Amino acid sequence: MAITYPIFLFLIFSSLVPILSLYEDQVGLTDWHQQYIGKVKQAVFHTHKTGRKRVVVSTELNVIATLDLRRGEIFWRHVLGSNDAVDGMDIALGKYVITLSSEGRVLRAWNLPDGQMVWESSLHGPKHSKSLLLMTNLIIERNNVVVIFSNGRLHAVSCVDGEVLWNKDFEAESLEVQQVIQPAGSNFVYIVGFAASSQFEMYQINARNGELLKHENAAFSGGFSGQVSLVSSETLVALDSTGLILLVISFHEGKISIQHTPISNLVEDAPGPAVIIPSSTMGLFAIRMNAVTIFIRVRGKGMLEVAEKVNRETTIGNALSISEGQQVFALVQHAGRDIRLTVKLAHDWDDDLLKESIKMDQQRGLVHKVFLNNYVRTDRSHGFRALIVMEDHSLLLLQQGTIVWSREDGLASIIDVTTSELPVERAGVSVAKFELNLFEWLKGHMLKLKGTLMLASPEDIAAIQYMRLQSSEKSKMTRDHNGFRKLIIVLTRAGKLFALHTGDGRIVWSRLLQSLCKSEACQHPIGLYLCPWQVPHHHALNENPFVLVVGRCFQSPDALGVLSFVDSYTGKELSSSNLDHSIARVIPLPFTDSTEQRLHLLIDADKKAHFYPKTPEAIGIVRREFSNIYWYSVEDDNGIIKGYALKSKCNSNVADKFCFDASELWSIVLPSESEKIIATVTRKLNEAVHTQAKLIAADQDVMYKYISRNLLFVATVAPKASCEIGSITPEESWLVIYLIDTVTGRVLHRMTHHGSQGPVEAVFSENWVVYHYFNLRAHRYEMSVIEIYDQSRADNKDVWKLVVGKHNLTSPISSYSRSEVVTKSQSYFFTHSLKAIDVTSTAKGITSKQLLIGTIGDQVLALDKRFLDPRRSANPTQVEREEGIIPLTDSLPIIPQSYITHNLRVEGLQGIITVPAKLESTTLVFAYGLDLFFTHFAPTRTYDSLTEEFSYALLLITIVALVAAIFVTWVLSRRKELQDRWR
Amino acid sequence: MGSGRRWAVSFSDNSTSPSCRDIRDPPGFTRASVDQDDSTASRQKKDAESNWKAQKAWEVAQAPFKNLLMMGFMMWMAGNTVHLFSIGITFSALWQPVSALQGVGKVFEPYKDSKVELLGPKLLFIALNLGGLALGVWKLNTLGLLPTHASDWVSSLPPAQEVEYSGGGIPL
Repeated sequence: MAITYPIFLFLIFSSLVPILSLYEDQVGLTDWHQQYIGKVKQAVFHTHKTGRKRVVVSTELNVIATLDLRRGEIFWRHVLGSNDAVDGMDIALGKYVITLSSEGRVLRAWNLPDGQMVWESSLHGPKHSKSLLLMTNLIIERNNVVVIFSNGRLHAVSCVDGEVLWNKDFEAESLEVQQVIQPAGSNFVYIVGFAASSQFEMYQINARNGELLKHENAAFSGGFSGQVSLVSSETLVALDSTGLILLVISFHEGKISIQHTPISNLVEDAPGPAVIIPSSTMGLFAIRMNAVTIFIRVRGKGMLEVAEKVNRETTIGNALSISEGQQVFALVQHAGRDIRLTVKLAHDWDDDLLKESIKMDQQRGLVHKVFLNNYVRTDRSHGFRALIVMEDHSLLLLQQGTIVWSREDGLASIIDVTTSELPVERAGVSVAKFELNLFEWLKGHMLKLKGTLMLASPEDIAAIQYMRLQSSEKSKMTRDHNGFRKLIIVLTRAGKLFALHTGDGRIVWSRLLQSLCKSEACQHPIGLYLCPWQVPHHHALNENPFVLVVGRCFQSPDALGVLSFVDSYTGKELSSSNLDHSIARVIPLPFTDSTEQRLHLLIDADKKAHFYPKTPEAIGIVRREFSNIYWYSVEDDNGIIKGYALKSKCNSNVADKFCFDASELWSIVLPSESEKIIATVTRKLNEAVHTQAKLIAADQDVMYKYISRNLLFVATVAPKASCEIGSITPEESWLVIYLIDTVTGRVLHRMTHHGSQGPVEAVFSENWVVYHYFNLRAHRYEMSVIEIYDQSRADNKDVWKLVVGKHNLTSPISSYSRSEVVTKSQSYFFTHSLKAIDVTSTAKGITSKQLLIGTIGDQVLALDKRFLDPRRSANPTQVEREEGIIPLTDSLPIIPQSYITHNLRVEGLQGIITVPAKLESTTLVFAYGLDLFFTHFAPTRTYDSLTEEFSYALLLITIVALVAAIFVTWVLSRRKELQDRWR
Repeated sequence: MGSGRRWAVSFSDNSTSPSCRDIRDPPGFTRASVDQDDSTASRQKKDAESNWKAQKAWEVAQAPFKNLLMMGFMMWMAGNTVHLFSIGITFSALWQPVSALQGVGKVFEPYKDSKVELLGPKLLFIALNLGGLALGVWKLNTLGLLPTHASDWVSSLPPAQEVEYSGGGIPL
């Protein structure tokens, strides 16, 4: 039965202007927020003073943070820009964190306790070079000095105010600087490096004024390679260019002497070229040959001797001075399921200061980095703690043989996200430990009732709030009626898969995928793509769902592909396979086999199509749908869009009936001198659309939406305009957008925005596209909307035909029918630039939509789609107003209450994912970047459920009271009647 | 209780029954006079009554007209937007004629007479009520609550399925 439209309007009107903000006490009920920092690159401990012990870390995601050493919580954190990588870091004066970043161009000092920036200096130099930061103990005019070598220039900077005291150029020399060394107690620094790859250069510079004291060089015909290891303040070890000869270079008092020792002299069966593991441990260094790590001691006058050969995976930590002349360093070795932490004195190999064995989760992989720190125990002996960085980017603190805390910082670099349902609640599945007993339940409800009746004391209110936040209901491991409880499965850059519970964000399971770990066949595997593989429904409900992880062996389009199938309930890797072809595209097809495995089409670099799963049933489905499967490729570097169809079996020498050749059907070649593709977007595969008709209230008319999954939105800009905003004039800049049918290659719509440029962020849903770009003429960001309508169906207006069902509106349509389309579009100014954009998606697609905009401030803003309606006009008529059309304004409003991240920030926002809940009104929003944020979001409020605050106890008590009252009055009335009769 | 019946009154009228004829009529009461002018006076009276009934029937039949005017005024007052008042008015405007039409027989029951021609008044009554009903329906339509437009029939149609499927994009 059709809902007649004015009633529908009436319903909409009663809930017009939804308030999306939330109350203070609702924070944390349905949302959670987690902060991460990424894989730690460098760590500096700050434990000397009493008070809060902390560690300062810089990470590969350009984050500087200080962590609490007791719990691993973040004290403060700064996220530097994407091109502002941290090169060096140290603590100065015990209160400043000095960081060198942006390829040695920016030096900053941060206040250690609170993270405020104290000063910033920009350092310029004549040429690009390695950036080195050295904290000296030198004091010039009561200023502590930090020496920085960057961009071919040596700077001395005051720690107090960032003033550059002096600088010295190394412009003329083709110096490849390796180390900046300050011998203890001296007031000069050595700059050592290689020039022209076969010459060793040493400069001695007066650290007080930058005066060149000495410059020596020595040539070595064999050349140098790789990095150097410092074994004393005036000796270093390098390798020759073949990696077979060790060079001990001493520059004591300005005299350079190079001694070479072939590795084969030290180790009998040297397996091949070695690499030096850079370190600065006195009298000791390590080299690695294949998987073997060799520790070599340096005995005065360049005598080398092997201290130990280790076959196991070994990681060496930094050297740490524990007392005058005593240096220690840490070694971490893997031994089965355990890791072994050893702390050794640099000058005494055989004696271990500390030897601990710690049980380690296998899913964390190998140890990548170790940072050692010491403390003095009450008995004046030395205790050690080690911060270790694992293969999955997690950070752990080891102390006294246990893991004190761990941080899952792999979650800071998410590649792809998907979701999975939880198991159905069954009799066998025990969830008892989450349930409360009856007494607690009653107590909770009494408290709630008190709160409702405003009788609660502040303690009660706190208890109620705690109860709401800790509700066991939301963190159960089973499916719920509303579909709020799900698993968010994320693939991280480290090749680890995490399953997060939507209720509280905890990690349900995590797995370091074997297929994405380094192996013989696959040297540098990377994860690319994550999608649901098997989603059991109806008949296969008892089976576990699976996700498909797609990777490739190294970062190149023709690298061989890797597939992995993971059970989403348990995280077990069911199977993984190294493919014999590359993967350029993964196309999930809208067909599933009898076990609900989704068919996938993998396109390789040679434009061959491979079908998965490789089962006879799948090939049967493919045969049936053979002529209806198409695909397209967007070659953004040369501006060509091509469409393909399946042609025939591959005629390669290997008989593979799942492989098909493609035939090119169409191609769109964009003129490369005037257009460059910068963005493409399509509709989401799983989007639900409720209706194909768009109703126009004004004249009771109907327009038919052009709803097609095969539409591609392409945005191109002038090649000059693809760089930063401001580098081009409006006259030579334009933005062209296309809507292309990807089956036939037909361009449905083309529009040019003159004087506009990218970056373009776009979202495609139902029959509309919203995109965001920069308008150079207006100097403002703009958002435009395009809606597409099917004109060829527009004559389906005869009511009687519709009543008796004589219409073709629901019959399948083909792209080849070339239906006539009309488009409507409108543009508006928008204040923010954006990082991501998405649209809410609900289970049936009935609820009106809101755009979710990831702003430059790393927040998520909800914007009603009604603001982006091409039918908006300056003076809408009464009927249009009733329909919900908002009067046209030149810019889109930003309502502060509609930030769905409320006061939180999702640092480094990368993407927003929306997943429909079972409840039609609600959608689940997951925003990720460095931080993770999850919340429930109801675009037009939760019209289909009682609010969480609804007091069932009050309802129950009211009903009971009413029933009791009815009973009592009935008894009383009976008695009165009887008395009346006796009278 | 008492020991027996002391007295009793019988309310049954025995005046006409022959068995009680032994009791004489009271003085001045003539039994014959009632039967005598049956023919003339009663005919006159009956004519007047049927005239009166016919007149009344016409009046009753015309009564919905006033109602109609009243309803029209109310509808005009209610306006064309959908809200509680206008919906209430419209539904009462629909309900009244329907209930009146259901009770056509009952309305004209008192005026039923062999001599009175009730067909005319009935037809008028029905016509006027139908007019009221039409007014109600018209109002319903002006409120937009009748599915008379194509939009009312296609609003819940799901989108048509597509024959072809195409996927792809920028290489991973």
